[in-house]
Amino acid sequence: MTSVAKLQNPYGDGKLIESCGLFGMMDTSGRPLRGRDILKAMANMRDRGNGLGGGFAAYGIYPEFREEYAFHLMYEHEEGRKRTEAFLRSHFKVVHHEAIPHRATAEIDGAPILRRYFLRVEKGVARAGQDDYVVKKVMAINTGIDGAYVFSSGKDMGVFKGVGYPEDIGRYYCLDDYEGYLWVGHSRFPTNTPGWWGGAHPFSILDWTVVHNGELSSYDTNRWFLEMYGYACTMQTDTEVLAYGVDLLARRHRLPVETLAAVFAPPLWEAIDRMSERERRRHATLRATFGGLLMNGPFSIIVAHHGEMIGLADRIRLRPLVAARRGDLVFLSSEESAIRVISPKLDATWIPSGGEPVIARLRPVAAEAVGGNA
Amino acid sequence: MSRFVINARGVDQRDLNGRVRAAAEAGNEAVVLRNVHGQRYIGTSLRKPVKVDVYGTPGNDLGAFMDGPTIEVHGNAQDGLGNTMNSGEIIVHGGAGDVLAMSMRGGRVFVEGNVGYRCAIHLKEYGSKVPVIVIGGTAQDFFGEYMAGGRVVLLGLGGDGLAANFIGTGMHGGAIFIRGRVDPEQLGKEVGVAEPDEADQAFLAGVIEDYRRRFGRGRGAGRGRGAGQIPTEGFVKLYPRFLRPYGRLYAQ
Repeated sequence: MTSVAKLQNPYGDGKLIESCGLFGMMDTSGRPLRGRDILKAMANMRDRGNGLGGGFAAYGIYPEFREEYAFHLMYEHEEGRKRTEAFLRSHFKVVHHEAIPHRATAEIDGAPILRRYFLRVEKGVARAGQDDYVVKKVMAINTGIDGAYVFSSGKDMGVFKGVGYPEDIGRYYCLDDYEGYLWVGHSRFPTNTPGWWGGAHPFSILDWTVVHNGELSSYDTNRWFLEMYGYACTMQTDTEVLAYGVDLLARRHRLPVETLAAVFAPPLWEAIDRMSERERRRHATLRATFGGLLMNGPFSIIVAHHGEMIGLADRIRLRPLVAARRGDLVFLSSEESAIRVISPKLDATWIPSGGEPVIARLRPVAAEAVGGNA
Repeated sequence: MSRFVINARGVDQRDLNGRVRAAAEAGNEAVVLRNVHGQRYIGTSLRKPVKVDVYGTPGNDLGAFMDGPTIEVHGNAQDGLGNTMNSGEIIVHGGAGDVLAMSMRGGRVFVEGNVGYRCAIHLKEYGSKVPVIVIGGTAQDFFGEYMAGGRVVLLGLGGDGLAANFIGTGMHGGAIFIRGRVDPEQLGKEVGVAEPDEADQAFLAGVIEDYRRRFGRGRGAGRGRGAGQIPTEGFVKLYPRFLRPYGRLYAQ
């Protein structure tokens, strides 16, 4: 048997204590970025992971199916695939489906069956209710069909993840062939739960994705709270509650990012006591209403959906997060060096304070760009 | 002066550190590292009085357990710089990340710009070994947390202000000097506030001059800071009110 310890640590000096690595990059003007760049950035943080999980989310990659929900599915066996495909056919119009393209590489083995489906919600479901309809169907697959897991279910985006180092996973999925205006990457160092394909980050529902470094000691509280709203946690990993929490607060309740941050990483009560009456009431109300979504424990996360990338660290910042800007580009990373390998020159770098979100937003299409003098 | 240049692009951190060590042990007085891109532990446990210049972005734990060398970083540094460093000096022409100089035992660290969270956490001191940290910009929360000794100076240049909370929480030794305004609620419960005395003023004048020499000619936060342009007035001194702040909690 191959010694994993030897492969990962040729110096043979025992246990390596590491942590996860995060990376996000967005062109706020909407120009496409090559997948190759984020693979390079993640490879630079190889030491942060241990090869038991790597993954990416990419936005703007399916312009030919912009209106269809893109489902990325993982199957542990053919039976799961058969049942899921029958389920999809009975609840959606399947516009197109195919294997998720991948190439055989020496580094990645044991891959499950990986397929993608471009789905239209059948007539009869009101347009406003389509997202909720899709969430319900995702939960039904994850909880009701053995060996089938939905990696992502948003439009014009997708999650690509698995067991391996992120740059190897990226090559496996041929991500160098993709272009998107927003990319998120993750390198996993599993601590409490197994390293399996569904347990790699990002976690996703609709077009929302979350990558996470840290651990949520509040996981069970968060999970119970979310169950009341119909979210079932099936991925055996704490990060999943963040993805559903984001969906509940940002999509269903339409709360702004600043409020999302105030729920996940609220100020300490001492700090709230020093605020204005209005702010005190706001924070006290959020705690009373959404206390079950307070994320306790150390974390830094990157949350993304179409048009927006958000970085957030826990309120006492027990995990790293660096932000940088270069022209229209915004970067978030566990380490500055990973940003510098793809953008050696930066206009600004900074360390976000705990609980204060860094927000990158897609700019509205500029009129001057049409005039050709941009 | 014998000078040894290493191109660090694509070099594994252990190989890189091995080469730095070999160059120092071969008697080179200076080692120049070019294209550094996140390699960790640069200069760790080095015990030679060698000068190491780092170009690029060094990785975490730069100069950890270092004993004697001078490391000059021409750019930003990441987390854990100077971890448990014993002697020598680290100069950063830029900013640095979290947990800077954790448990540092001796030597000096100069950062031109800002630092992150938990800078100088559990800084130490024993006899003549008094670590000194000078930061040109500002710092974030838990600055000087559990500090057990040493001197930390925050010059407040660059205009970012000091928004940090929990400054000096659990502090039980050493002194923090902050130029500019600090509100009582930003401080840990174990911290007292005083005006710097005459000896403190002399110390501050000395480190300000040292900061000016290192960064006065650069393009960063320390630009153009001639001698005397950073006033030695306007500092507050934070000191520990108790020798064993948690003794009442745990040792009854």
